[in-house]
Amino acid sequence: MENQVDKADKYIKDMVQALLSVDKMKAKETLAQAREAYQPVEVVEKVIVPSLEQIGEGWRIDKVSLSQVYMSGKICNEILQDIIPRDCIIRERQLTIAIATLEDFHTLGKQIVKGFLHAAGYEIVDYGNGLSVDSLTEHIIKDKIDVLLISVLMLPSALSIKELRKRLKERQAAVTIVVGGAPFNFDDKLYKEVEADYMGKTVSDAINIIHAIETDRGV
Amino acid sequence: MSLRMTPMQRILTTLGHEEPDRVPMFLVFTMHGAKELGLSIKEYFSKPENVAEGQVRVCRKFGNDCVNGYYYAPIEIEAWGGEVIFRDDGPPNSGMPFIKDFEDIRGLVPPDVKDCKCLTKALEAQRLMKEKVGDDIPVIGTVVSPFSLPVMQMGFGKYIELIYEHKELFEHLMRINEDFCVQWANAQFDAGCTAVGYFDPVSSTTIVDKDLYLRTGHNIARRTLSRIKGPTATHFAAGRCYSIIEDVIQTGTAAVGVSVLEDLQMIKNACKGRITVLGNLNGIEMRRWSQEETTAIVKDAIAKAGKGGGFILSDNHGEIPFQVPDDVLLAIGDAVNEWGRYPLKWLDK
Repeated sequence: MENQVDKADKYIKDMVQALLSVDKMKAKETLAQAREAYQPVEVVEKVIVPSLEQIGEGWRIDKVSLSQVYMSGKICNEILQDIIPRDCIIRERQLTIAIATLEDFHTLGKQIVKGFLHAAGYEIVDYGNGLSVDSLTEHIIKDKIDVLLISVLMLPSALSIKELRKRLKERQAAVTIVVGGAPFNFDDKLYKEVEADYMGKTVSDAINIIHAIETDRGV
Repeated sequence: MSLRMTPMQRILTTLGHEEPDRVPMFLVFTMHGAKELGLSIKEYFSKPENVAEGQVRVCRKFGNDCVNGYYYAPIEIEAWGGEVIFRDDGPPNSGMPFIKDFEDIRGLVPPDVKDCKCLTKALEAQRLMKEKVGDDIPVIGTVVSPFSLPVMQMGFGKYIELIYEHKELFEHLMRINEDFCVQWANAQFDAGCTAVGYFDPVSSTTIVDKDLYLRTGHNIARRTLSRIKGPTATHFAAGRCYSIIEDVIQTGTAAVGVSVLEDLQMIKNACKGRITVLGNLNGIEMRRWSQEETTAIVKDAIAKAGKGGGFILSDNHGEIPFQVPDDVLLAIGDAVNEWGRYPLKWLDK
């Protein structure tokens, strides 16, 4: 058991180092080695998810930059396809999760969160950028979304989440709203003001929040 | 007690790392002038006369020490033929990036400032501002750095990929953007600007790590700032900069905008006597500050960075959100007038 933990720690260390150096070949080699020791699902849970969580946490404490976070998610998604067979389902059951930028055309946060969650084995419906409250409400109702991730950069976009919540309540949609982006990073109380359920400051928060919602909903 | 200075005297004194009559204050208004004139944001920006009148009015109303000659960030994208999207309650955004593929970069030609209607409109606004305030109040222009402009030119994700994976095209784009940036900054000095803000959020360690900054944004800033014919203030738009502050000083900038995420005192200590520190009020939280909170926050910033000059109280992002109410902005000015009088004797008690 101890050996197993040591081995996983080494893979994580190598993987984090490779990702922060934006060294795709090294990251691929590390995952290939891990694949010899673990099943595909275990590679995701024991190596990829903790590596990405460490990188997300590093951004929070100013040890890792956003460009490294972005490239880490991109590399993981690119090499995952080579390491894990196409027909392999990482998560047998999952909530219906969607992501969007609301009245906002800044897409980096959305791309990063989507990339990380995808690398962690989640299927994410991407509604794109600059959606209006009306159009996002219709998407959520039509697709019966359980969890909506909203990424914003602009304060007015963040404030419009309150109107979205109101519309969803009127339509009796039981969707959990998770928000993230610069305005929320600079104001811890803002997510409550706009009546979101959760706020994530980093991509590792996004993974942890999804886990918490799954536990809460018995998934 | 020192004699009352004009805003220009106050700023020049603090930039010289001496104590003026009181701590200078730059509240960076871009949209509040529209409110003053009762216009929509789009209407406001449609005429240089509106912007000049609106900016001078808000400057006087809130006791600001500069008139902001900055239009809006995507005006530069408009100059390259890109789209600007206006909204009623916030700053204009750039629309779909005009660089769709990496190879598009090879065919890019920087626009000529004098041929761009949007830029000449902004320059005319700056000329009118200068006419209205003369030499008493500095007029501050703005450029987006060559290193940060591609976020709007091609989208953030694609730009990060360009930096890491297409180095030759990245260098090519930087040379083009540098030429444009220098031309645009110098035109603003010609229009009457006293200084120009060099907005470079991508160089912040929030966005790129220090090693990458030293290989990219740092060199680009050194090259660009050396060709700009007046003083510049580098702003990271709420991104962190403490770990690169020595390198930022080496670029030749006169001031640095500091994030609320940083320790203002540490930054001031690092910059003392070399470059002026601007910062670092939280513009997002500012919307709901009470009078008491406002006073406490302003006092705290002055206590951390005020002594010895070389400090301008400002917001941390370089733009006051449209939603910040007048009461808060007036309270900031009141607090600076009460607690920012040099020699800041209250700090010795």
